[in-house]
Order: sequence, then structure tokens, then C-alpha cells
Amino acid sequence: MKMRTFAMFVGPSVFMMMLFIAIPLVTVFLQSFQVTQPILERVEVERCTPGFLQPVCNTEVVNRPLLDDDGKVQTTTEWVGLQSYSRVVQPDQVGAAIAEGRPGDILTIPFWRALRFTVTFTLITLPLVIGLGLAIALAVNNAVRQLRGQIIFVSLLPFIITPVIGALSIRWLFIGDGILTSLIEGWTGQDIAMFAQGWTIEVLMLFYRVWHVAPFAFVIFYAGLQTVNQDTLESAIIDGASRWQRLRYVVVPHLMPLIIFIALIHLMDAYRAFEEVVGFSSQAHRITLQWLTYDFLQPDDAGNRAISRGSASAMLTMIGIVILLIPLLRRTWRDHKGAR
Amino acid sequence: MKLKTLLAASAISLFATGAYAQCAFENETPVKSLTAGFEAWKSVTDAMAECGNVEAELDQEFRKKQPAAFAADPSLYHIGGVANGTITPLLNEGTIRPLDALVEKYGQSLTPNQLIRMDGNIMAIAMMVNTQHMMYRKDIFDDLGIATPVTYDDVLAAAEAIKEAGVVDYPIGATMKSGWNLAQEFVNMFAGYGEPMFNGDSTPNLNNESGVAALEMMKALTAYMDPEFLTSDSTYVQQQFQQGKIAMANLWASRGGAMDDEGESQVVGKVFGASAPKITADGPPATTLWWDGAVVASNVSDDEAENAFRVMMEGMDTAMVTQNQNDAIWLISGYEPNRLAEGAIATAMSQPGPMSYPSTVEMGLMHTALGNELPTFFTGDRSAADTLAAIEAAYTTAAQEAGVLE
Repeated sequence: MKMRTFAMFVGPSVFMMMLFIAIPLVTVFLQSFQVTQPILERVEVERCTPGFLQPVCNTEVVNRPLLDDDGKVQTTTEWVGLQSYSRVVQPDQVGAAIAEGRPGDILTIPFWRALRFTVTFTLITLPLVIGLGLAIALAVNNAVRQLRGQIIFVSLLPFIITPVIGALSIRWLFIGDGILTSLIEGWTGQDIAMFAQGWTIEVLMLFYRVWHVAPFAFVIFYAGLQTVNQDTLESAIIDGASRWQRLRYVVVPHLMPLIIFIALIHLMDAYRAFEEVVGFSSQAHRITLQWLTYDFLQPDDAGNRAISRGSASAMLTMIGIVILLIPLLRRTWRDHKGAR
Repeated sequence: MKLKTLLAASAISLFATGAYAQCAFENETPVKSLTAGFEAWKSVTDAMAECGNVEAELDQEFRKKQPAAFAADPSLYHIGGVANGTITPLLNEGTIRPLDALVEKYGQSLTPNQLIRMDGNIMAIAMMVNTQHMMYRKDIFDDLGIATPVTYDDVLAAAEAIKEAGVVDYPIGATMKSGWNLAQEFVNMFAGYGEPMFNGDSTPNLNNESGVAALEMMKALTAYMDPEFLTSDSTYVQQQFQQGKIAMANLWASRGGAMDDEGESQVVGKVFGASAPKITADGPPATTLWWDGAVVASNVSDDEAENAFRVMMEGMDTAMVTQNQNDAIWLISGYEPNRLAEGAIATAMSQPGPMSYPSTVEMGLMHTALGNELPTFFTGDRSAADTLAAIEAAYTTAAQEAGVLE
């Protein structure tokens, strides 16, 4: 393709990526080293609020931002180095917890609590998604031709549902006296509260993610299965290879690039897990890094937002994804060079 | 969004059927409002819409939009619905205007109690008060011969008796969903000990005996609750009441009307209100007093503001209150409290009275710190003292970032 044609095809998307990904990324990176504060003055004011029947007036000292001539809040912006990062990671607290011989205390710090869950969430769902996706693909591939359409449709359903809605519907099945909780209580005769402790919520969240993403892996693997070399498979049968051996030595090696592709996508997606926390309202027990960033950026009633810490937390999330992806990217790179 | 469409539709239908009947004047300048979405606001904005040309947006997430929308020039809304907590950013950024002149001109029907004065100026017009107070199943209490609890020790004793009788699933319900709700429960409980939450220099004052006692009391109460209490918000507690699963809760007054809603409730006429429980019989009730009201944007022309204020007065008039008596504890004249309002009124009138939730930057920061750090205490991962230390540390960090503390 001519350079000019290439540029015309790629240009718009490069522009969009600069505008919506690169520029925001740079500003977030810069913001994570800055703190912007309003200039506050302490003033004594009298405030009257409704009492019952008569108003109640109190004199109190409040912090109030100074306004400039246009009526805008005056702010100062300072470069603070790694201060916001250290406020998120809290190395002092971590050091103290280790020095006191109570490493469990580290997990009471929001960032470490989120990191612990995000990493286990990502690493546990990864093999399950790939395994389940492959299993469905093999099952469909071996199913009677007339049934394939229906099976494909049904197994794709979870993937079509909007993530938050999917999470909410599973939550409603189990929360309080949800249908499934009542059913299990009926069978076992025990009082079950799925949302009362962390590990049950964690299991539900893992289950939900695998249920939601496995169809994606299935579609990719199913497409891959159509290109498996039938001659190799037949010769394997003639050589007396069992079903398992054919899978292990013919099918899986053929699908390997697809497995890596799915692993890459899944690692990136799962590390940014967010819908599960909102859908299952698991904030008390389990939070993710993405949710932590969101929480920093939420304004409170008084309008405060922790933008610097939010930016630092977002950068840390990105660094985490990159670290997770390195082994897979190195492998892809090696294969790529080998192929040349 | 849906609500907005619905409201627009109902506004149009009113227009078509020759409305304006209840409005003293015909409004010709467009007026836009952004308020919370609960029942009382629906009644007020409906009454405003009778004047015509009113576009009301009711959104429970209003607090996230309001500061930015009012800072725009011209402001995206003329009228804003606020409460103690949410007026703070508007007040601090100067995006709402003093209403003294307008009150003098059009506010003859307002009572002094409705005027929210900040530094001498009237900055908001309150329409209702709200407070978390004791709601209980009088039939159960009477059957078991339990007196209405006055202190939290009475609450625990009553809960134990109800648990033994086994008449409901869980004796107590509470709005302890982690985040804002749980933080509010702690603010309430801590207020019962009568100690200020901040020192004079904005540093926190929680990690002390009162703080530990408040946490221990909350934990003692959770033993009588649905074990999923950390996901339970006001709507969930309201439903637990309506379905007869709980016998008492310290619940918002604005939820009272739902107890007698025959379409939803199985306990119509059985739920009664009493003052919020106290820590000691002669102390203040362990709750905070809230008001809801309306403000007018400063970034609109004086004529538009005057017009918006007139519309607002039409929304908050006696005619509206007489039609919607059960929606709230109204401050507007013409309000006649019903059975379910008794508890909130008893709370507000008790001596010493409940603390009014502070409209300060510090309180906003503290509320967030509480909401994030408290859950680990209730999951059993951290002791009370460690949790309070972590809350103070989280508050201090946030306050430093916001420029409140050095």
C-alpha cells in the first residue's frame, strides 16, 4: 500500500487516539505530581438553620475559599513530587505493619486491599475463562449440526448482556431472601447470607466474570477450531492418538496464538474490574483498583474531589497492567521474530 | 432521565387541560430546576410546573452535577434543591445568590424558620426537615409489653426480647450500607455522646472514648440485624419494614409515609415513630437534623432570578402542603403532622436538641473518610481504636490535599 493511502486510512484513528487517549494520559500523569488547592480563609460566621418551630442560630468558624473579582475560586497549584503516590500506597503504614509483625494489617489499607483482590481476581478468572471457553467451543464443534445454532445463541447470551445489568441480576438472585438463596435455604435448612462475608461475595464476583467473558473466548476458539488441519488430525487418529492426546498435541498448539490473544485481552479487562463492585455493592468487603480511582474522583457533599490521589491511583493501575502483560508480550514478540 | 421525560409529559398534559389553576401568575420565562428525586421534591416541582414553562429535573445524583452546573455562566439551572451537606460547595463558590430582597418582595408566606441565613444573608429557603429517628412496630412492642426505647441500652434490651419471641426475622434494621450511609450512622451515634467531631483547628477528634463507645454500640446493634447489613440502604430498610421483617429502625423521617402506603406495605397503621434513641437519658438524641430547601443561582439575570423565585414560592405554598401532607415534615405553614411524623418532631424538640448536620468542607471530607474506613471494623478485620486512627489519618490526608490542614 502506498504511504499516502496508508496515512489516509490510519490518520483519523491516530488523531482520535491522540485526542482521547494520549492527551488525557499525559494530563493525568502530570496531575499525579501536582496538587491544586483553593486558597482558604478562616472566618467566623453566624448560620441559622431550621429548628423545630424556631430557627437555631450558631456562630461557627468555617473554612471558606477566597473568590477573585470574577467570582471564581482562587486556587494554587504546586508540584509535590511523589506525595500523592505515597498517600495512595502509604509506605509508612506498610512498614509499620511489617515491623510490628502484623502483615495482615497491610490489607486494611484501601490501595493494598484493592490490589490484593484485583490481582487474585485477574489470575483466577484467566484460566477459568480460557478453559471454559475452550470446553464450550469443543462441545459445539462436536455437536450435531442442527443443534449448533441454538447452542451458540444460548452460550453467547451472557456476553450480550450489559455488564452492570448482568451483575445486578445475579446479585438480586442471592441478596437477602433472593430466589436462589431461599431455594438453597430450603434444601439445606440453613440460614444463608451470601452478602454478609467477603469470601462468598468474592466467589459470586469470580463466577459472574467467568460467566460473562467465557462466551467471548468461546467465539474466538470456535473460529480457530474450523481451521485445524484435518489431515493432521486424521493421521493422529491412525497413529492411535486418544481424544485427549489429539487435543493436547494437535488442537491446543494450533490454537496457541488465540489463547495468548484472549489472555492479553482478559488480563487488561479483568485488571480494570469495576462493574462487579458496583453491581454486587461489595465496597465493604472487596474493592478493585479501578473502583478506588473512581472513589477518589467522586465529589463529596462539600464538593471535594481527591484529583491528585485519583490520578496517582490511575497511573498505578496502568503500571500494574503493563507488568502483568510483560510475559505475554515478550512471548508474542519472540514468536513474531521467529516467524520472520 | 426517565423522570424528566415523565415530568415534561405531565407538564405538557397540564398545559393542554388548561392548568395554571393553582398558580397565582402565568409564568412566561423558562425556569429550570435541579433537585433530588424523592417524593417531597416531586410534589414541590409539580406545584411549580403548574405555573407553566418549568422544566424540573429530579435526580438522586444531583449532588455530583450541581456545583459544576451552577458554576457555568449562565447557570444551567435557576433553582437548585439542596440540603445541609450539599449547599456547602454552592455557598463556598459563590454560585448562589442572597435572597433577602426577594423574600421581602414575594416571601410574605414564609416563616422565619424557613430562612437559611449564612453570615446575615438569606441563602436558601427551607421547605422540610428530615432526621433519622426511631420507627417501631407498635403492635409487637405492645404484645411483648416493651416500653418505647429511650436510650440505646433500651434498644438492645428490646431487641433481645423481640429476638427471643421470634416474631420477626431480625429485630433491628439499619441504613448501614458501606459508604455514605454507614458514615451517616456513625455521625449520628457519635453526636449522641455530645462531643464535637473536630477540634477548633479543623483537626479530627474521633479517636477517643466516645468514638470507641460509638463503634462498640453500633457493633452491638448489628448482632440483631440482617447479616447483610453492610449492603442495606434506606430503601432496603424501608422494604424490610413494609414486608414485616424487622421490628424497629433508626430511619429517615422522609421514609415514614411509605409505611402506610397500602400498595406496598403489609404493616399499614402498625409502625409508629418516637424520638431517636439517646446514649444517656439526659443527653441529646443520637442523630442529626437535616433540612431540604431551594436556592437560586447567581449566574442568571436579576429578572430571571426574580421570576424563578416567584415560581419557587408557588411550589412551596400552603396549597401544595395541604395536598401532600404525608410526603415530609414540612416547614411550610398549613402542615398538619400525622402519626408517622410524631417521632421526627419529638426528636427535633427534645432537650438538649439534636445537632444540625454541619455545612462545612471538613464534614464532607470526614464523611468520605468514615464511609471508606468504617467497613473493616464491621467485617472484624480491625479493632475500634485502629479503625478510628485510620479514619483520622484518612481525613487528615484528604484535608491536606484539599488545603484545609497544613
